Order: sequence, then structure tokens, then C-alpha cells
Amino acid sequence: MFAYIVRRLFAGVIMLVAMSMMTFVLFFASPIDPARFACGKICSPQQIAQVRKGLGFDRPVWEQWKDFAVGVVKGRDYPADKSLQKSAPNLVAHCAAPCLGYSNVNVTTVRDEFKTRIPVSFSLAIMAFIMWIVGGVGLGVIAALTKGSIIDRSVVGVSLVFFAFPTFFVGLFLLKFLAIKWGIFPVPNYVSIANGGVWNWLVNLVLPGLTLALFYMAGYVRMSRAFVLESMGEDYLRTAKAKGLAPRKILFKHTMRAALTPLVTMAGLDLAGLLGGAIITERVFNYNGLGKLAVDSIAVYDLPTIVGLVLLLGSFVIVANIVVDILYAFIDPRVRVG
Amino acid sequence: MTEMDPAVGAPVAEPALAEHHAASRRNPDAQQVLSVENLRMYFPVKTSGIIRRTVGHVQAVDGVSFQVPAGGSLGLVGESGCGKSTTGRLITRLLRPTGGRIDFDGRDIAQLSQRELLPLRREIQMIFQDPATSLNPRHTVGAIVGAPLQIHKVLPKDKIIPRVQELLEIVGLNPEHYNRYPHEFSGGQRQRIGIARALTLQPKLLVADEPVSALDVSIQAQVINLLQDVQNEFGIGFLFIAHDLAVVRHFCPEVAVMYLGKIVEIADRETLYLRPHHPYTQALLSAVPDVKQAAIGGRRERIRLEGDVPSPILPPSGCRFRTRCAIAQEICAKVEPPLLQIAPRHKVACHFAGELGHAPKEPVTMKVCGVDAHGAPVPGEVPDVQLNEPGFSDRWMDLKTGQLTGA
Amino acid sequence: MSFLSVRDLVVHFPTVDGVVKATEGLSYELDRGKTLGIVGESGSGKSVSSSAILGLHRGTNAQVSGEIFLDGVDLLKINDESIRRKRGREVSMIFQDPLSAMHPYYTVGNQIMEAYRIHHDVSKKQARARTIEMLERVGIPQPDRRVDDYPHQFSGGMRQRAMIAMALINDPGLLIADEPTTALDVTVQAQILDLLQDLQREFNSAIIIITHDLGVVAEMADDVLVMYAGRAVEYGPTKEILVHPEMPYTWGLLSSVPDVVGDTDAKLIPIRGNPPSLLSPPPGCAFHTRCDHRDKVPGDLCRTTVPELTPARAGGNHTKRCHLANPDEVYATEVLPEIAPETLEEQG
Repeated sequence: MFAYIVRRLFAGVIMLVAMSMMTFVLFFASPIDPARFACGKICSPQQIAQVRKGLGFDRPVWEQWKDFAVGVVKGRDYPADKSLQKSAPNLVAHCAAPCLGYSNVNVTTVRDEFKTRIPVSFSLAIMAFIMWIVGGVGLGVIAALTKGSIIDRSVVGVSLVFFAFPTFFVGLFLLKFLAIKWGIFPVPNYVSIANGGVWNWLVNLVLPGLTLALFYMAGYVRMSRAFVLESMGEDYLRTAKAKGLAPRKILFKHTMRAALTPLVTMAGLDLAGLLGGAIITERVFNYNGLGKLAVDSIAVYDLPTIVGLVLLLGSFVIVANIVVDILYAFIDPRVRVG
Repeated sequence: MTEMDPAVGAPVAEPALAEHHAASRRNPDAQQVLSVENLRMYFPVKTSGIIRRTVGHVQAVDGVSFQVPAGGSLGLVGESGCGKSTTGRLITRLLRPTGGRIDFDGRDIAQLSQRELLPLRREIQMIFQDPATSLNPRHTVGAIVGAPLQIHKVLPKDKIIPRVQELLEIVGLNPEHYNRYPHEFSGGQRQRIGIARALTLQPKLLVADEPVSALDVSIQAQVINLLQDVQNEFGIGFLFIAHDLAVVRHFCPEVAVMYLGKIVEIADRETLYLRPHHPYTQALLSAVPDVKQAAIGGRRERIRLEGDVPSPILPPSGCRFRTRCAIAQEICAKVEPPLLQIAPRHKVACHFAGELGHAPKEPVTMKVCGVDAHGAPVPGEVPDVQLNEPGFSDRWMDLKTGQLTGA
Repeated sequence: MSFLSVRDLVVHFPTVDGVVKATEGLSYELDRGKTLGIVGESGSGKSVSSSAILGLHRGTNAQVSGEIFLDGVDLLKINDESIRRKRGREVSMIFQDPLSAMHPYYTVGNQIMEAYRIHHDVSKKQARARTIEMLERVGIPQPDRRVDDYPHQFSGGMRQRAMIAMALINDPGLLIADEPTTALDVTVQAQILDLLQDLQREFNSAIIIITHDLGVVAEMADDVLVMYAGRAVEYGPTKEILVHPEMPYTWGLLSSVPDVVGDTDAKLIPIRGNPPSLLSPPPGCAFHTRCDHRDKVPGDLCRTTVPELTPARAGGNHTKRCHLANPDEVYATEVLPEIAPETLEEQG
């Protein structure tokens, strides 16, 4: 098992290296000159060249990538150009290892930026995750057990409606009615546990969490319904019935365990994707999470932040994949490796 | 539901073949269409360490030799995991063997590349066990049966459909049904489609892997008879792989029995079923429940085989069957018994080869293996046995005298 | 009354396309210590009728009627809870594919213990001891160790042994074995059949063995019931039916199966066509569409009238469902010479 994890992690690191390279290449493949963009509207060619040098965009792509890679391992100073460092030593920013880069736009290291953003996105993701797992699986199982009835149809139908509506619509709808018009919830505004306590943190997360959860829930309702129905046709459930097991026990001990295992994969990967930020929901509720950061940094061609986000998201997904596989080995004895 | 479509379920069109259904006989003058020599397939077993090393091999097929005469058939029987299906996949070259020769029509195809194999794929075709999964559900029967003609560019496009209809008629299906989908047919009819597909390119050799075991009993006989008619009509050589000893006996004049990757006995049908000389063959035959026997005088005495087949990763030393063999002795653990020819068309791999209840006291293989009765090498004696010669020789060892004799 | 007495059992499944008549008016009797073989092809209703004994169709849309008396109690009349208490305790069942019949996530021991603890109020420790004892009884080596293995760690034969242990742990009076050896190799099949017979002697249980293999029936069963399209077409003592079969479908079954002994030149005479749809079975005798002898019956009888299950000429409790007036003669002069010329010579 340990060897398996090491092997997977090793493959994951190689994947991240390749992803960072791709990001550099794609960034410079864009028709828009990032230096010109950073310089502003009225800018002479000399100023653009100066900015380009300051951002380090004047050198070949692969050299920039090399500097970045070295920075991850050893840390580095910004700007990279030695002559610029000499001319303005007070402006030199040090970025300690593991350095993901320094954002001139946000005037801080990418790592520090992440530190303030991650709790927001994580809180949101976990809140939504709990909601959609409980709701989605619960409703899915109920739908499966009442297959063909009016309950089944309405559960599937309603979840589909929420899936079909765009997230920003559902978000704004909830915001308008539940928060602003009826005042059931406060207008959400992220409060960390350290600042406002658990209750405040939680209450402020309900609406954005629900917005996300409603979107994801539809898939989980349908999947868990299908998996439960599928496993109800399994031979071993007939065996369980034939030995005289009570229906409740058949459902909880035999059906559910087999039916819900495949959901682990889905749930793990969905959660990993969401940990990297929910772009639309964060914008609707004005949460300063990773998703909002991604949109903002792309809009202003902030290469260090973009590369950092790509790697962060990539590693979430890679780790989630490994965790899912490990979980599987615990759930399903057949996949246990040596 | 549509499977029961009355139009399809109606009695099938009368086969265009002459219906003799006679059990095929061995033609002693036939050339060998397939000659397999010392065929081996080892699947590596890897560690689960950080760097995955190969720590062993599953010896799925280990030194198998046999021949299939042109237009004749050889049966390959054995229980699950004995390597019979792997052998079939090696011969159709769905797998590349670890070693050995596969002489097809006088040419060794064992190590040919996929590109070199392309023309040969016309000549060697395969029929699979489960007609439900081996036919693409999204293609019509016409497309399935006609695909080989298109791929190999044998016929111009407008000639394909008439040819497909002709083939459907041969296998006893309504030729007008070429534009239906596989699910509209019953299991037996789907197997007929599989046979039509295999016949499309007029192959010289058909590898049939459990062609009837997924079918209902009353349908099995229909398909077996069809295969027999097809064989007689087109002179196709068959390698007939099955676990059902009765079906193989009915179809094949010559039968090889496999156990744990090796052939333990190979003989003509009469010898193998009436006077098997290997204890495994004897056990296998005695285990088959038999209607007629039971109807007349109750159950036959069974040879009980204890336990399960050992792992093919670490097969027992010497004779692989010895762990479950009632007559095994010291020598069986030490020396691997050669596949010894003991009659004109009978080879057996057992130190104590003999008819049931008449196993010899001394190993019959002492001389050929150059060992004494306990399996210890005898100084000066040189083993003189061709282990993996495919086919039969003119000279064999007489079990009674222990001498080489010949015809 | 016999230990098990099934009378006029009907199982129908309504579907959008119509009613699937899986079992029509099936009756049979079985005593303790005896074995009944139910033979038929897929879709003949042999499995469906047997699951009805355990009430496995309850809660589905199946329509079951008739009477199933087990030890004097009509299993179709009692409520769901009562039938649940009988499952596994008075009637047990083993299935064709022991791998899919066991839950892949629980150990073999766990699943067998569960079967015991449903019906016995004992501690886990006692149940475990009983499970190991039972595994040993069915011939699993090192049962105290293998009890903690998962089903996939067992070989096919061992899994079926474990299923038998699970089925017999509560010492039920009736065991239904649904194709118990179809998925197994022939030597393993022999082991399992031997085991079933040994256990039957030991526990004096009644066994219903459902199979398509006449060979298995010939070796195991005291009585045979041949089913076709949901109906019994021939029923009687095994020996009687194998030596003097009276129904053309049974002849077909006998003549279409190759053998490992006897004449190698014997022909296989298949039953032509395909099994009928249970949705719209042919009128009259369901077998008439595939029967070679229907023209020997005067008039349109085979095509119009379902034959009654009547006593065969051979007498005794051998019954058959066929209009043929002289089945013995037809069998002796037309069928036997084709399929087993050597038996004729032996008999002179």
C-alpha cells in the first residue's frame, strides 16, 4: 500500500511539472502582449520594454519556466533581472521556497495570496459537499425505494430543475429572497471562525453552500438512485432475502454499502475540483476565494498567480485521486493491493 | 422482448448444407494445417513495491505441442484455468506467445508482427463462447458478417450483401434478416451469426472457444450439427476448445486433455474415452454425470479429486497433477513425466500410465528419462525422449514390454 | 400429506407487453430425505416456481396463486413476516453462481454467521464457532482461518461449499438448489453433488435440484419433473422417466445431449426451433411447434388443446402431458434406434 502511494505521488509530481510547462507555453501563445497590458493605456514602446523586463517576460519561455522551477525548490528574488535589482534594491521582493511566484498585480507572493483565499474556498466547498452528499444520496435512495411513484418522479424532476438553472441565477434568487427580501439569512459575507466564531461562520455559508449544492445534487440524486436500483438486482441481495434477513437490514447492510461505493470516486473528484474555488458562486456572493482569484488574475494576465492556481488545483485533483483509491481499498476488499 | 419476435422465432430456413451430421472422422492422409510445437505463454507477475519488479510468471501455457489436420478437428479439453483458452488466443495470435512455434500452413506465425499477421487473419478465424457480447449490438447482422469482406477488400461493395445473404442461408438463418440487429435474435441464432462471420473469408482454420456452452441444451445440438456440416462442406480445420467432454467427444476424432498449462494426454477419441491412461483424464471422465448409465444401473463409481487446482504461478515440481493424484509416488515429485507415445495415436504424460485400476508398479518412464524407480538419475543413462514433438511418430513405446516398437 | 406439497401453482408477471405466464398450474410432492429434479431450459419457469416457495416474489408485481404446503402450512397464505422467519430456517436456497450470490464486501464467515443469527439468539462468538463447524462439515480446509476470507479469495468450488454451509446452518427441512453446479468445472461439480448427497443423508432434508442437465438429475434425483413453457410436461420417478420417457420434449432432451460413453457415431438430434415466448405461448400443446410427432395425433388436437397431465402407460406415478396414443411404441421404434442403437442391441 505504501509503495503504491509513493508510486502514485511520484507520477503526480511529474504531472504537475508538465502542467506548469503547459501553462507557461499557453500563456505566451496568447495574442495579447501581457507586458503591454500591464503597462496601461498610454505607454511608449520604451516603457513597455521596461515593464517587460521588470516582469521577466523578455526572456525565452523555457528560461522563465526554469527560474520558476528553481524558485519552487530554492526560493527566488523578484524581479529576476540582476540589473533591475541593483538599480532599485528597495523594490526587490524575496520569495522564500517553495516559491510559487510573486504577483506584481497583487503586490504579494502568490503563496501569501493563497493563504488568505484558501480558507474561504475550503469552507464553501466543504459546506456545499456536506449538503449535497446528505441531500443527494438521501433523496436518491428514497427515489430508488419508491421507484415509479410520484415521490420518485418529483425528486428526480426537481433536482433536474435546479441542475438546469445556471448557478448565478439560483445564487441571485436565493440571495434576493432568502436574504434580502425575507431576511431568513444574513446577506452572506465570509467570516472566519477565528473572527466570528463557528456559528457566524456557518450561517454565512448556508446560502452560497446551498447554491453550489443544488447544482451538484442533481447528479448525485440520479447516480445514487441508479446505483441502488442496480444493486437491488444483485444476486447477493436475493441471497440475503433468501436467508430471512429483515428488509431494513438488507437495505442498510447489503444494498447501501454496495450501491454507494461508486459514489466515492465521484464525490472525491467533485470535492477536489470545488476546493480550487467556485468561480460563479464566489462572484455572486462576493467571496474572496480561489475561484474569484482565478477570474481576476486571468483578466489582468497575472502569470505567476495563474501558474500557481493551476498547480494548486492540479495537486488537489491528484491528491484526491490517490485518496479515493486508498478509500476504495478500505471499502472494497477486492481491490486491496499487497 | 424482441428476442421472441415471432418472425425470427419461426422455424429457421432450411440449411443450404447437406445434412449428414455424421461425427467427423480422422482422415489419416490429411496434411496438417496447424502444427504447434512447445508453445509457451508466461504472464509476468509484478511486485507491488515502489519499483515493480517481475517476481514470477503465471505459466498459463507451458510447452504445448499438437497438430490439427486440414479439414479435421482436434479437441482441447480441461477445466477452468488449464490454459486451453489461452492456447486458442495464441493460435489466433490475439496474444504473442513467450516461446514456441505455431506453424500454420507451413509458416511459423508465432512471432509475426500485427502487420505481417493481417493477411493471415483471413485464414484463421475464431468463434467465441458468448454470442451476446461478441457481436456489436449497434451493427446490423449484415454489417457484422460483411465486415471482414470490406476490411480485406475481397469483394466490391455491391457484391457484399448477396454474399452475406448466402452466408446467412448456409448457417440456417433467414437471408432477408441481414438488416436486423443482434438483439433481435435468440442465443442460438446469434451463435449462428458468429459462425457466419467466421466463415465469411473461407478460413482454413477455425478456433472455436466454448462455442456452445452458453446455449440451452436443445440449441447446443443444433449448433454442433451446424459446425459439423460447415466443416464437411468447406474442409475447415477446427481447434475445438471446450470444458464439456461429451461435446468434444462428439465433435473431434482426436482429443487433447490439458491440466495446468500442459497436455497430459492426447489420443484418438476411442482410446481417450474408453481407455484413458492418465489418472487426470480418468478422474475427469468419471466425474461426468451420465444419463444412460444412471438410467440402467445407478451411479458409476467416481474417482474423487480432492482440493483445487494448484496455482499456475508456483506449479508443483515434477508432474503437475501429483498433488491430487491417487497413484503418485516419489518419482512424480522429482521428474516431470514426458508426453510419451504409447500407441500409434496415443500420448500420455504419466510415470504410471495405465488403464484405470491397472497402473504399473514401476514407472514406465525410467528408461526414457534415464532415472531409477525413485526418480534419481542413473549414471550413464541418457534421457532419450523428444518431449515436444507435435504429432505422432511411427515408433512408440509398448507399455507391456517397455520396448520401442513400430508399425 | 407430503412434507412439501405444491398444488396448482401459478406465477404470472404482468408487463407492458402483456402477462408473462412463467408458471402454469404446477403440482408436485416431495418428502424429507428425497430429491426432486426439475429439468428445463432457460425460461421454462423452473427457477421462478421454486423461488415462489420462499416467497421471493413478494413485494414485486408478480401474481402468485395456488397452494404451497410445507409441513402442513400454506406458504402462500401466511404474512410477510412469517414467511421471512421460515426463509433460511425451514427453506434454504443455493444459487448458480456462488461468486455473485455472496456479498463481495463482507467476509464469508460474516455472511454465514448472519444467516445463523437471524434465526438464533446467540452471541457473535457462538455463531462464529458454529460457522467454523459448518465450514468444516462442507469440506473447507482450515475453516478457522478461511472464515475470515472474502468470497473472492475462495475458489469457485469452495464458494459453493460456503453457500451450502450458509444454507444448511439452520438445518432447514427443504433445500432448493438452483443450478448449483452449472458454473463449476466437472470434477468440482462431482464434489459438490457428492457433498449434497452426504448432507442430505445426515440432515434428512428434502432437496429440489433445478438444472438443465439430465445427467445431474439422473445421479441425484428420486423424482424428475420436466418443465416446458411454464408447465410440467412429464413427472415421475427418475429411473422410470429416463428409461421410458413418454413425452417428445423429454426425448428431445435425451437425444440432443452428447454423451461420454456409447457409440461415437451416434447422431445428435436437436430439437428444432427455439423455446416459445412465455408472453404468447403457442396455443394447444406449447411444444407442438417443435414436435416431430404431432402429425401422429389425429385432428388438430396438438394445435388446439392443451393436453392434461395424465398417467403414462408405464403406470405407477409417472405422468405426462401429451396427446400421443402410443408413446412407448414411437420411442422404441423411432427415437431409440437413432440415439442409442447399442442399448437396443444389449436388450436384444
